Amino acid sequence: MKIHEFQAKEILSRYGVVIPRGQLAETPEQAVQRAEKIGGDQLVVKAQIHAGGRGKGGGVKVVHGPREAGEAAGRMLGVPLVTRQTGPGGRVVRRVLVEEGLPIKRELYAGLVLDRTSATVTLIMSASGGMEIEEVAARDPGKILRERISPLTGLMPHQVRRLGYELGLDKPQVAKAVVCLTGMYKALIEMDASLIEINPLVVTSTGELVALDAKMSFDDNALYRHPELVELRDLDEEDPAEVEASKHDLSYIHLDGNIGCMVNGAGLAMATMDIIKLCGGEPANFLDVGGGTDAGRVEAAFKIILTDKNVRAVLVNIFGGIVRCDVIAEGVVAAIEQVGINVPLVVRLQGTLVERGREILKSSGLNIIPVESMQEAAEAVVEAARSAS
Amino acid sequence: MSVLVDSGSRVLIQGLGSAGKFHAATMVEYGTKVVAAAHPGKGGTHWEGIPLFNSVQRAVESTGADVSLIFVPAPGAADAILEAAGAGVRLAVCITEGIPILDMLRVKHALPGTGMTLIGPNCPGIITPGETKVGIMPGPIHKRGSIGVLSRSGTLTYEAVDQLTRSGLGQSTCIGLGGDPIKGLDFIDGLDLFEKDPQTQGVVLIGEIGGQAEEDAAAWIEQNMSKPVVAFIAGTTAPPGRRMGHAGAIVAGGKGTAAQKMQALDGAGVAVTKNPARIGELMRERLGGK
Repeated sequence: MKIHEFQAKEILSRYGVVIPRGQLAETPEQAVQRAEKIGGDQLVVKAQIHAGGRGKGGGVKVVHGPREAGEAAGRMLGVPLVTRQTGPGGRVVRRVLVEEGLPIKRELYAGLVLDRTSATVTLIMSASGGMEIEEVAARDPGKILRERISPLTGLMPHQVRRLGYELGLDKPQVAKAVVCLTGMYKALIEMDASLIEINPLVVTSTGELVALDAKMSFDDNALYRHPELVELRDLDEEDPAEVEASKHDLSYIHLDGNIGCMVNGAGLAMATMDIIKLCGGEPANFLDVGGGTDAGRVEAAFKIILTDKNVRAVLVNIFGGIVRCDVIAEGVVAAIEQVGINVPLVVRLQGTLVERGREILKSSGLNIIPVESMQEAAEAVVEAARSAS
Repeated sequence: MSVLVDSGSRVLIQGLGSAGKFHAATMVEYGTKVVAAAHPGKGGTHWEGIPLFNSVQRAVESTGADVSLIFVPAPGAADAILEAAGAGVRLAVCITEGIPILDMLRVKHALPGTGMTLIGPNCPGIITPGETKVGIMPGPIHKRGSIGVLSRSGTLTYEAVDQLTRSGLGQSTCIGLGGDPIKGLDFIDGLDLFEKDPQTQGVVLIGEIGGQAEEDAAAWIEQNMSKPVVAFIAGTTAPPGRRMGHAGAIVAGGKGTAAQKMQALDGAGVAVTKNPARIGELMRERLGGK
């Protein structure tokens, strides 16, 4: 789960990370008021959406005085902001963060990420703050500094000191970095964050270390023990079909193609998308109906797939392992009768009691194209989508 | 021969809820020796002839169980894995999905030195066809034979196994490694086991986007593997930054793409197919050409 910049900053400040003085505004008038309250000549107005790349997309403006702050907010609020992470439609900006402008001397990068290979949370720092860490990694991997953190001890001061001095910070700044980064680590552990990035972490002309931007993502598997975080979820930032799917415990991701997919199992669902593409088609979605597939879930899955108006054909690919194929076939038939489906439907069933499952589909009298192998399934659905377009 | 489990394995169940009961029954039907279940508070009773114990320690002492299959729900799963390790279980297989990453991170650091091997979590388990099934996979699609299977996925593994069986290729042992970012047994551990297993003549490796376990496996294969390996990587068409169902299946920061993984494996001499429907055939071709 992702949260907004202002929320991440608020959390991190509780853990000793210094953040700029700032306040949230939902209207241009509020932005003016906030700017007046913050004071100072230089202010920054920042659009609050979950996607990155806001600066280049025009979602971050440096302004002078409250009047300009109001104008900048007026241009952002209610308008979709397009960045390279949002897709062409962009995301509508509903809130802006008005912050004091700071005299910046240096911009650093600080991140806490999960390193799978070493099974540790790893602190990553670089002197190229403001740039995306992936870009730094691609251009100049030697400039990225790392410290693996033992889950037994947590982030130790010497680890931060080493990186701080490598980055050329002076002694008082290193001391501040220890407070900032150990606080950041504590936040990650206590809140089950899966990622925290402060980018840039700026050194001001007075030698302060301030988190100018902050990003936090949380482990969805751990949300059950953080009810306070669930409150921070912003459904406006998520695809409505994906939100609906999550209510039914379905894993759905919307894509740009025209072939709807319903598959059991994440790996098989990805493989199904891959083989569709290999056969010249474009998948409209990833959808894992999960292990305990029953008629209700199949029905919900059909409804979600069919809300996408681009869908020209649907492929159901189920490998009945524990779930019997006859149960699934009954579910498919019931769902079609409930939902009504007006695009070609290719169904591939394999596994336990497959013959009985196929018989049920056949005798239903519904317009289903039955296939046996994955290869046939992909070819049939690509052909069906082509003729229906 | 087989790897990790065989007809002599004595299996204990942790988490005898509805899923645990269902799968315990199918395992018994398959021929697995299910000798005990740990169910705090129900020690001294029986379920379907299987004795229940209050702790794993007691179950191990009383029945000689050496393998534990864990169905304990996510909030208690890390505790269950460590309980198995503490009781001297040789191999734990954790089916549970949705365990918090930080829980698994601590487990991963606590396991070395206990002598226990962990498979999973979020996996279908392990099966040595014709001998024993310690997991939730459908038994009948498997056939005794000489191909080892290693996979990060569930149903995609069944698909691959089904293709192998239909191509006339049985399996020595099939291991579902699981779809989480932090897990027990990894590709390299599995490849090493299959390389040393005289029954295994070839290995099918099924990877997916996210992390770099496949790249690490490729480097290991190049140095150490004499047996043919066939691979498929799911997620060529997955968009970056999106978690594809499994917690571990995500292309993040330009890393973990299917293309990079396929390239690494191909460079290590692995027969890589982009077509998930060709896994079985390709293994046949590989073995035939040897």
